[in-house]
Amino acid sequence: MNEQYIAKSSAIASRLLGGEMMIMSAADSTFFTLNPVATVIWQAADGLTPLSEIVVRHVCTEFEVDPEIAHRDVERFVEELSGHGILLVSERPFADSATRSKEAAWA
Amino acid sequence: MGLMQEMSQRALDLGVPMSVHFDITYRCNERCVHCYLDHDDHGEMTTAEIKRVLDELADAGTFFLTFSGGEVLMRRDFFELLEYARRLMFNVRIKTNAVMIGEAEARRMVKLGVDQVQVSIYSHRHEVHDAITKLPGSLRRSVQAIRFLTQQGLRVTIANVLMTANMRDHAGVQALARELGVQYTLDPTITPKMDGDTSILNLRIPGPELNGVFHNESLVGNVEEFCAGPPPADEDVMEGYPCSAGHTLAYISPYGDVFPCVQFPLPSGNVRRQKFLDIWNHSSELNEVRSIRAKDLPVCSTCSHVGTCTRCPGLAYMEGHMRGPSTADCEKSFHRTGIRSANMLRLDGDGSIPSGPLIRIQPLTA
Repeated sequence: MNEQYIAKSSAIASRLLGGEMMIMSAADSTFFTLNPVATVIWQAADGLTPLSEIVVRHVCTEFEVDPEIAHRDVERFVEELSGHGILLVSERPFADSATRSKEAAWA
Repeated sequence: MGLMQEMSQRALDLGVPMSVHFDITYRCNERCVHCYLDHDDHGEMTTAEIKRVLDELADAGTFFLTFSGGEVLMRRDFFELLEYARRLMFNVRIKTNAVMIGEAEARRMVKLGVDQVQVSIYSHRHEVHDAITKLPGSLRRSVQAIRFLTQQGLRVTIANVLMTANMRDHAGVQALARELGVQYTLDPTITPKMDGDTSILNLRIPGPELNGVFHNESLVGNVEEFCAGPPPADEDVMEGYPCSAGHTLAYISPYGDVFPCVQFPLPSGNVRRQKFLDIWNHSSELNEVRSIRAKDLPVCSTCSHVGTCTRCPGLAYMEGHMRGPSTADCEKSFHRTGIRSANMLRLDGDGSIPSGPLIRIQPLTA
């Protein structure tokens, strides 16, 4: 299976509150909250780190989860958030995050 | 409990300033007859100062950020500040008269991911709206701007402040909002000027008109439900907080002054001299506001409306005491339900009006 890279959309608002990430889509004001595991993945979504590395380094280590189960859950999470357009997924690393955001949204 | 209410409750439990109303300027291109602000620039914060405050707000956990004024677009650096705020991932809402918003500005707001824009419209009639703003052509320009914003896909709300000059025009403004495909909100609250001048309170709509507003289905929805008498107050009500001011909401002026709310001018600190979080956590004024429960309100705790009144502690403060009644809200409760408030009954008894200054502003400590 090809490697995946994930990056946060620039068209969202987000903030950490009591260990859980709040996210609001600017497109339709849909409001999400992420549990602590999903929050860790979100925070690691820099567009440059392979998803498999995020799972091993952050999810498995910090939450003592079996890698196979973690991979499955993370893939489901990524699919759901990308479906709402708040997480971008690519088979290649994104350009530098700040540059990408600027080019994508603020040019 | 909805997800948003759940997070608001968590912010309250954790003492997080989830929402901040930030007036970045008091300058304005309109001179609305009911405005409570002094529009001269007495030393607004610089671009760099505001960016530093935004950094501090992000660190403090603020999620909802409202940029307002004055007119926000009077600042030449407005889009620089907006872009900076969005990079810090705030949910940004803008309050504006929209007169300076053209197609390019609307496009830029959308690209920057602004959540929503609130535009002040006083009447669907040019002669009435423009007489209130004292800017000829302002209704035409504001409506044109709303069209630009909606064409770009931005969510827009028309805010319709009601006063004597436009009190019969809400249906026309509602129809205009429908035609433009935007939300409509009505506000019958006129507040004293920040310097304590109460002359503009004469613009408040009279009681019978307020009664009409509260019994208008198109404005309040289910009239029977909206105007129902208050249920008996239980322990939860008496232990409850009046509103989010100072609890999960803060206001910052263009000069860096921090208040519990835009409508609650209790000076609690200044971000030019202290970090925002130090003010938020340690200000004795904010801690006093937070200590007040409904049961601590000498008059209102005895009132049948205590659980359902829209009592604004800021208006009460401007009337003389933050634990006292807000007579404007007493009037609203009365005209909504037909039941006199404890404060009204008290005044009926001795025929006097509350003594003391209408506004008290404590000097900031150095």
